[in-house]
Amino acid sequence: MNTQPKSWYNMELEHVPYALAGHNVPWVLAARQSAFARFAAHGFPTRHEEEWKYTDVSVIGRRTSLAPDNIPPDPSSEAKLLAWALASEDIHLMVFVNGHYAPGLSMVGDLPAGVRMTSLADMLDDAADLPESLFDQQHKHTIFAALNNAFATDGAVLNLAPRTVLKAPIYLLFIASGHGVAIYPRNIVVAGDGARATVIEHYMGTLDAHNFTNVVTQISLSAHAEIEHCKLLQEGPAATHIAGIHAEQAADSHFVSHIFSLGGRLARNDITAQLLGRGCHCTLNGLYLLDDRQHMDHHTRIDHLAAEGVSREHYRGILDGESRGIFNGKVVVHTGANKTDAHQANHNLLLSRQAEVDTKPQLEIFADDVKCTHGATVGQLDDNSLFYLRSRGIDAELARSVLIYGFANDIIGRVGVPDLRTRIEHLVLERLPQGDQIKELL
Amino acid sequence: MLTVKNLHVAIDDNGNGKKILRGIDLNVKAGEVHAIMGPNASGKSTLVQVLAGREGYQVTAGSVRYLGQDLLAMTPEQRAREGVFLAFQYPVEIPGVSNALFLKTALNAMRKYHGLPDLDAMDFLSLVRKRMKHVGMDEALLSRAVNEGFSGGEKKRNEILQLSVLEPKLAILDETDSGLDIDALKLVADGVNDMRSPERAIVLVTHYQRLLDYTVPDIVHVLSQGRIIKSGGPELARELEQHGYGWVEAESTARQVA
Repeated sequence: MNTQPKSWYNMELEHVPYALAGHNVPWVLAARQSAFARFAAHGFPTRHEEEWKYTDVSVIGRRTSLAPDNIPPDPSSEAKLLAWALASEDIHLMVFVNGHYAPGLSMVGDLPAGVRMTSLADMLDDAADLPESLFDQQHKHTIFAALNNAFATDGAVLNLAPRTVLKAPIYLLFIASGHGVAIYPRNIVVAGDGARATVIEHYMGTLDAHNFTNVVTQISLSAHAEIEHCKLLQEGPAATHIAGIHAEQAADSHFVSHIFSLGGRLARNDITAQLLGRGCHCTLNGLYLLDDRQHMDHHTRIDHLAAEGVSREHYRGILDGESRGIFNGKVVVHTGANKTDAHQANHNLLLSRQAEVDTKPQLEIFADDVKCTHGATVGQLDDNSLFYLRSRGIDAELARSVLIYGFANDIIGRVGVPDLRTRIEHLVLERLPQGDQIKELL
Repeated sequence: MLTVKNLHVAIDDNGNGKKILRGIDLNVKAGEVHAIMGPNASGKSTLVQVLAGREGYQVTAGSVRYLGQDLLAMTPEQRAREGVFLAFQYPVEIPGVSNALFLKTALNAMRKYHGLPDLDAMDFLSLVRKRMKHVGMDEALLSRAVNEGFSGGEKKRNEILQLSVLEPKLAILDETDSGLDIDALKLVADGVNDMRSPERAIVLVTHYQRLLDYTVPDIVHVLSQGRIIKSGGPELARELEQHGYGWVEAESTARQVA
């Protein structure tokens, strides 16, 4: 073990858990302390580790304190406006500012019987309703999950009783406010047998601030449960965002994950799904739209642990400027997961010579009678298509935007909630030259 | 409307300029329908691509005037906005972009250029629906991605739909008849016939005479080895059908020798 003092380390960090939610509950404090000890011993990953080969996280802790802010500041007016606009929509809205629940900006509304939506901090302080195993998940995932376990301030806990169906989406808006702030949200979704819901996580940074967000979302699906999860990453241009989305699926459950990575300087998303029961369906979709010096890394892992599972993965990247994209998609078909049907695709569009993408599909099969395919491409805009559009009177710049929009639309079109699909479509178009024109014509 | 004079075009063939067109002269007036026929590799497609403004061709001599302007100096979108339309031999598939969005973007780009306001969604829809019915296109194809998964006939009809929505002054149809069954061919021909007007010129580029049975041209040109070797009335197309291209080529060679 490396015994040299870590550059980010200071004595005060060890004391952070004493000031966080649940510090009066012995098992919560103990879980946080043990998670911090694990993190402190290992430190941040370096590029010598295979899983972090392309993503250098040494910037974390240099310009940002690692300790979470314990007092939520006022969010920016732009963030408030978005929260207010969202509050009027048919959604159940929870707003978090710097990782702390902001009831004043939220609009949870009426929830059907059997559905509970709570702030994690409240649950930790009480600790009666929260099973220890749900909170203490540090050993399951990356070292950032341990750090999150140690420092998680708040987040949403959604509990769906068996067969409850939530028609309106749960919308979790995370606002980063202020400079150099460390933000540790933690979300927990537990869906009972046959329960159905859509959960949206939207991260937004409005300032050019060196904030650091480290979030973990865990989703547990009982038999026949159906969860559609959609993450919108719209952090500020200097922000660092490290996230884990981890699903565990019981038999015949359906899990759909979408991620739209649009804003942020450095981002890493680890998305995992464990298909524990027979006949699970798992779909992971993603779009990264990058420019300037943005760096976004998506690591996905699907473990087929039972028979007759179906997984589909569609990731696309659009890279301009000097941006860098990484897609690493691993599918493991374990012994006994016979008749697995897995398909994975990653397609990338490079719009500049300086942009770079590394794509690595990985398939490991230890079962029989399986159908597994994967494919990855890296290309440029098609000259033939450009000429076709231009020959219809569309100028070259708009023609390029139309083609880029079309490429992105393959992923956007997979989102199930129409309002959300439109919102994402607009966010993407706002990034494209003359995109407002296309927006008007849709 | 269109005056092509002594047009010479070469393409870059592994560093060597390969001559494709060797002195084309063509004069198309408003209201006329011309057919340009010729065997494979005679230069038909090159002529069409050069007129539409595709990159990768070098004009080594000659000129093309369109409505008094130097056509070759214009970008593809300028040509389109000035009223030149090319129906593609191989219409391009554009995944993720609906046919409706494509048509609307094109139509509004044209309208904007001519100082007209954007067509609103309702007006656009009623216009396109009417035209779709006319060319025998299923309305469902409007919300599908451009040409993606379309049959050969649907792709060609989609070209004719664009032609009828964009209402160009000069329409060039590149092998629009190829790969069509007889019913589709009739629909396409009807679509073209509807577009005939005293203000509009139409150039049909084709290998076969079939389309010309339904859309009778005013003037037929035979293109061979980069030159127009014979021009005549619609009867020329029927003679070609009977005797093949070899007959005109032989006649042309004999004339040159004499």
